[in-house]
Amino acid sequence: MIRVRVSSAPIDIAAEMEAAEAEEGGAVATFTGLVRPDDGVSELTLEHYPGATERALEALAREAVARWSLAGATIVHRVGPMRPGERIVFVAASAVHRAAALQACAFLIDRLKTDAPFWKRETVEAGHRWVEPRAADDAAADRWRS
Amino acid sequence: MVYFAWVRERIGVAEEEVSPPAEVATIADLIDWLAARSPSHAAAFADRDRLRAARDQVFVPLDAPLAGAGEIAIFPPVTGG
Repeated sequence: MIRVRVSSAPIDIAAEMEAAEAEEGGAVATFTGLVRPDDGVSELTLEHYPGATERALEALAREAVARWSLAGATIVHRVGPMRPGERIVFVAASAVHRAAALQACAFLIDRLKTDAPFWKRETVEAGHRWVEPRAADDAAADRWRS
Repeated sequence: MVYFAWVRERIGVAEEEVSPPAEVATIADLIDWLAARSPSHAAAFADRDRLRAARDQVFVPLDAPLAGAGEIAIFPPVTGG
């Protein structure tokens, strides 16, 4: 089953894990992204493109399910303001065996970073600044396109 | 038109209705046309390499045709996850 959610509410890992483990499979791989405690950043705000975001995440989850024959795929992304240490994103892949679950989990987070319309804005003492994309993220996403 | 992140901030609005002339055929043409109409659009669109676009909520390259789209979005490269 595909579960995709974009919300300003904190991510409830226990509830998401319970749903992922309820799928028919012997393996669940997950990734949790946290707001990094970078120097001087007091708050991180995630902007997104409502409608297009959900569409992009659903397409990614569907691609993962088809490619690794998953029992389930979960993508939960938080938006709005959040503090260092809080969860931004959670992905889970449920499969029969670990190799498919682990690969699909890496695929989901790598491609989410380049394929879904989110933008990070950091609040610092002097005001705010938009986070620049990283070439390493493009490279990580590209390795799944072959 | 819908704008996000620093593109939205530089233009000063999150969305607007526009009616480009018939010779505006692609998203890149639309960006040129908007940039010629106001300094804030010109500032937002100054560096084309840092712009991305979506047509009716699906990512497309800047040279994609408008193809009668109802909603064009212009934004910086994404930074989620």
